[in-house]
Amino acid sequence: MNLVVRETVLAFRRAPLLSALSVTTIAFSLFVFGLFGLVTVNIQRVIGTVAERVEVVAYLRRAATSEAITVAMSDIQAFPEVASVTHVTEADALARARRELPEFQDIFQDQSANPLPASLDVRLKPEFRDARHAALVAERLRALDLVDDVRYGSDWVAKLDHLRNIAGAVGLVVGAAFALVAIIIIGTTIRMAVLQRGAEIAIMRLVGATDGFIRRPFLLEGLVKGLMGGALSLLLCYGAFALVNTYLFRADFFTTGEALAGVGAGGLLGLVGSLVSIGRHLHTV
Amino acid sequence: MIKFSHVTKEYPKGAALTDVSFHVPKGQFCFLTGHSGAGKSTALKLIYLAEQPTSGDVRVSGFSSTRIAPREVPRLRRRLGIVFQDFRLLEDRTAEENVAFALEVTGARRSTIGPRVMRVLTQVGLAGKANQYPRELSGGEQQRVAIARALVNDPVVLLADEPTGNLDERATRGIFQLLRDINASGTAVLMATHDLDLVKSFDAHLVELQHGSVAYDSAEDAGADEEAAP
Repeated sequence: MNLVVRETVLAFRRAPLLSALSVTTIAFSLFVFGLFGLVTVNIQRVIGTVAERVEVVAYLRRAATSEAITVAMSDIQAFPEVASVTHVTEADALARARRELPEFQDIFQDQSANPLPASLDVRLKPEFRDARHAALVAERLRALDLVDDVRYGSDWVAKLDHLRNIAGAVGLVVGAAFALVAIIIIGTTIRMAVLQRGAEIAIMRLVGATDGFIRRPFLLEGLVKGLMGGALSLLLCYGAFALVNTYLFRADFFTTGEALAGVGAGGLLGLVGSLVSIGRHLHTV
Repeated sequence: MIKFSHVTKEYPKGAALTDVSFHVPKGQFCFLTGHSGAGKSTALKLIYLAEQPTSGDVRVSGFSSTRIAPREVPRLRRRLGIVFQDFRLLEDRTAEENVAFALEVTGARRSTIGPRVMRVLTQVGLAGKANQYPRELSGGEQQRVAIARALVNDPVVLLADEPTGNLDERATRGIFQLLRDINASGTAVLMATHDLDLVKSFDAHLVELQHGSVAYDSAEDAGADEEAAP
């Protein structure tokens, strides 16, 4: 192993320009991919916050007893899609209406009788915040005796679904395209490094080096270059993010896990790129 | 130790060797001669298994070309020393590092590498230039480094493909003398060359190839003489 590390360090020292060039190339191709990743992450988070508002509201009949409501609540809570159920009494509803709809304050003030019904506000778990599941839950709520009517803004949820599908499809296609470009560029860069040392590989084979022995320094070199490129691209992404955050709008950055995964992906690309290049080269020398 | 038995090697362009048989015993000095394109380099490639024969069998130090597994090829090559006309040194390493390289790839222990490298560099007369790079050395000196690299693994046979082809008269004499000294210390030498003056100057086993076939083999000639003798 000692020798492998030494040969790898030597490879960087002997061809510093080429090494720097490959690290930069890897960094920039990952940077493009990373920028796209940032856009995707932010869109997903915005959609996520919007989706949090997906709520199914079951309006209760005035005759509903508090025992019946308690039983219904625990039933509803047991639905697999449901995150939480909140009982909003008539008085709560009135207070909320006064608070949230100030322009109608007069109406609510004037009437001595409260026109608003009590309701059960049902919030869904994140993975079920779409039109199909909202409709499903609404259907079940409607079947309950104490429920008068159910609303969940079906048009709005359907539009959210649509938006989410488009964002997902675009993300997948464009992301795959960017990833492919990054893989090709990185593969070519590493292949250049391997070709540059073709004479060395040929001599190693002549003096009886095993394929594994020849491969190891190249693999380590590819891994190190990939990791360095990944770290550099992360810095570039952070720079771009900071600029956008300062001058344009508030955005979110990758989580630590996502950032580490990105750098790791760089290393993996370097490793696989080297494996493929050197594999092909070993058979032609 | 090296034995060609009815070896034919065909390339898409045509046959390079046709039904070639000859034998180089242990410790022998053998010339492989013939014009360019006669098949000398192909014969050497078959010995270090850069190529496989189309038919026939090449046996080298207990390995058979027809039976050897690909993973055993490196083990075979460690028993051979190979020297080329164009030296094939790594330009970015010193003479010493070039020689040490051949030991490192075999996984030799670091502590043994230094002394062994200096021993062979001394043997080829380059101990004083161990820290020089190939570009700082003359052609003859570069070939000595290549020979030192070939010797450092204590090979059973040294294969030399036109080792003096790029050298002037004086350097040629020096390298040839070195190869003879190496042979005198027990290592077999198989030298491919088209330098007839060199061949004539030294009484050794001679195999001559012509258009991919053995045109003359001094060993068979001697054998025939013995058979003819009463």
